[in-house]
Amino acid sequence: MLSIKNLTASINGTPVLKGIDLEIKAGEIHAIMGPNGSGKSTLGKVLVGHPAYEVTGGEVLYEGRNLFELAADERARAGLFMGFQHPIEVPGVSNAAFLRLAYNKKAEAEGRDELDPLEFDDFIHEKIKLVSMKEEFLDRSLNEGFSGGEKKRNEILQMAVLEPKLAILDELDSGLDIDALRVLGEAVNKLQRPDRALLIITHFPRILETIQPQFVHVLSGGRILKSAGKELATELEDRGYDWVLEEAAAGGAR
Amino acid sequence: MTSTFNVVTSQEYKYGFVTDIEADSVAPGLSEEVIRFISAKKGEPDWLLEFRLKAYRHWLTMSEPEWAKVDYPKPDFQKIVYYSAPKPKKPQYASMDEVDPELRRTFEKLGVPIHEQEALAGVAVDVVFDSVSVTTTYREKLAAVGIIFCSFSEAVKSHPDLVKQYLGSVVPSSDNFYAALNSAVFTDGSFVFIPKGVACPMDLSTYFRINNKESGQFERTLIVAEEGASVSYLEGCTAPQFDTNQLHAAVVELVALDRASIKYSTVQNWYAGDKDGKGGIFNFVTKRGLCKGKASHISWTQVETGSAITWKYPSCVLLGDDSIGEFYSVALTNHKQQADTGTKMIHIGRNTKSTIVSKGISAGDSSNSYRGLVKVQPKAEGARNFSQCDSMLIGQSCSASTFPYIEVQNRSARVEHEATTSKIGEEQLLYFQQRGIPAEEAISMIINGFCKDVFRELPMEFAVEATRLLSLKLEGSVG
Repeated sequence: MLSIKNLTASINGTPVLKGIDLEIKAGEIHAIMGPNGSGKSTLGKVLVGHPAYEVTGGEVLYEGRNLFELAADERARAGLFMGFQHPIEVPGVSNAAFLRLAYNKKAEAEGRDELDPLEFDDFIHEKIKLVSMKEEFLDRSLNEGFSGGEKKRNEILQMAVLEPKLAILDELDSGLDIDALRVLGEAVNKLQRPDRALLIITHFPRILETIQPQFVHVLSGGRILKSAGKELATELEDRGYDWVLEEAAAGGAR
Repeated sequence: MTSTFNVVTSQEYKYGFVTDIEADSVAPGLSEEVIRFISAKKGEPDWLLEFRLKAYRHWLTMSEPEWAKVDYPKPDFQKIVYYSAPKPKKPQYASMDEVDPELRRTFEKLGVPIHEQEALAGVAVDVVFDSVSVTTTYREKLAAVGIIFCSFSEAVKSHPDLVKQYLGSVVPSSDNFYAALNSAVFTDGSFVFIPKGVACPMDLSTYFRINNKESGQFERTLIVAEEGASVSYLEGCTAPQFDTNQLHAAVVELVALDRASIKYSTVQNWYAGDKDGKGGIFNFVTKRGLCKGKASHISWTQVETGSAITWKYPSCVLLGDDSIGEFYSVALTNHKQQADTGTKMIHIGRNTKSTIVSKGISAGDSSNSYRGLVKVQPKAEGARNFSQCDSMLIGQSCSASTFPYIEVQNRSARVEHEATTSKIGEEQLLYFQQRGIPAEEAISMIINGFCKDVFRELPMEFAVEATRLLSLKLEGSVG
């Protein structure tokens, strides 16, 4: 589904990704972990087309297409989703209107029927149950005055509405208490299917107890230093990141 | 991918056509002779000529205001044509059919519901072309309930006492440089009179159009609502596209007596000049309402999208006890446009209330300033004001400023001011795009959300028009 080869990227001329290789197949769940400032959030932003980052080399194929030939909104309509670490607030734009427009844009792109406000109302009321969100949040302005946890709930609601093929979740656990984390983790699990994939970006392994990845990668200094199975997450929880960095340095890693 | 916004050419100005109409014009230049000419041409009474001449003599002693945050070449007042009227085929129109077909086509292009049958379904319209009122629709029905809605010139002839009583009573002829100029040379405009206890059964509307290349537009609007009367008045403006600047210096006066209510809405789309700042209207307008009576209510709603320069402060003088003044404004600037706009709320009576909601949107290389005065005079016991001034920036090279002036001379007054500045930045756009929403639609949605508090004050058709206009104006602002 996603094939990243020797990807390099920079921001304001400073390299932040220094050669990333990653293969994600349908049905898989990958976790990217790493210390703060390692470049893991950058990887997500580059994939969804954040304009501040410049891709300086390498290649990314998404379902066989060159991802960088698509504009950010085209990538989204092609099934790429990002749950943001810090979702923005938009005063005056109702959450429901935003969700419906997003839904209809995708429906239009896929040749499905668009939903009118009443049909969408029925549709969204089913979806909010999944993330245990209160209905009042639909009528409020998009993310405005939402707590950190409510914003994350809203991100997963959007994921449920759009049903992306590949969802990148950036620090889903930040700002969430244990209970909310479990609710959202379970919602994400319900949305995962054999034809879909997940890329979880996280600093803390806690979230991976609910959303269990098959592959764990440690990213630091703009490179993937180590890739292994789920057990790597447990090891990182016990021992921290330093040993991976030391091991990589000793091994003269690329 | 670039990290900056690309400003590309914007939507072409749709109303930039010129109508080929024979006009009856005076040679450019301003003098007492020109003023006497205008007055004679219009068959005005002596008191009105005196009003003009007094204003003109005062104007000669004044200089152009420099305090606004706008930068432009000062107009050469001797190069402006002060009188330009579409030459009628006959002196008077008995019905719409007699209006010059060329002129009618112009208004059709503008979407003005000028035909009688359209007027039946819509609003009563007064049309001011260059400086002369062309036609007022729907007059009889209004007259049946005692409402006078006609061109200013006509009001001078048919209701001279009313005009004499109220003209200059809110904006004195010596008020400011442009008001004085207008008082000297105004050629037409609209007059509205709503008698005691009458609620105007429909929205009244005036469309202003500048057609002549050298002509200035100096219209004068006077609206009087007697005790317990109410009216909603709409004003729309367009102008053809010329690469020279044209001057628009209007004066609008509103008078509300006891418990009367006047709601004045404007969607201003004068030609703004091209993307390099060539051409466009200089919009120097004085609008003021006097809440003269107890519990009277004046509300200004404006959507300012056009003009090269906008210098405009629709204000309320809250003289009557318990009177209410409101100002709701959206001012959008793009490319090289400059706007310095806001309001003045002068609290004189007891328990007077005012609300100010200003939304400034700047894109391109434009400059957008809010300038507002809230003044509470010593006797305004219990006066209250709430002001909310928000600015939104699109791109890197525009600017927004807020200049709130607050003068409180009564201890019981409560004045609140809130201001925010936000930016449609990359993060915000990316968020929408990441949900599959293209950038243009994202901007439109963000801007409409931002302006919601103002748009909901507009009559429905105007709100739809305003929404569409903002999207058009911002088309191509982001790349």
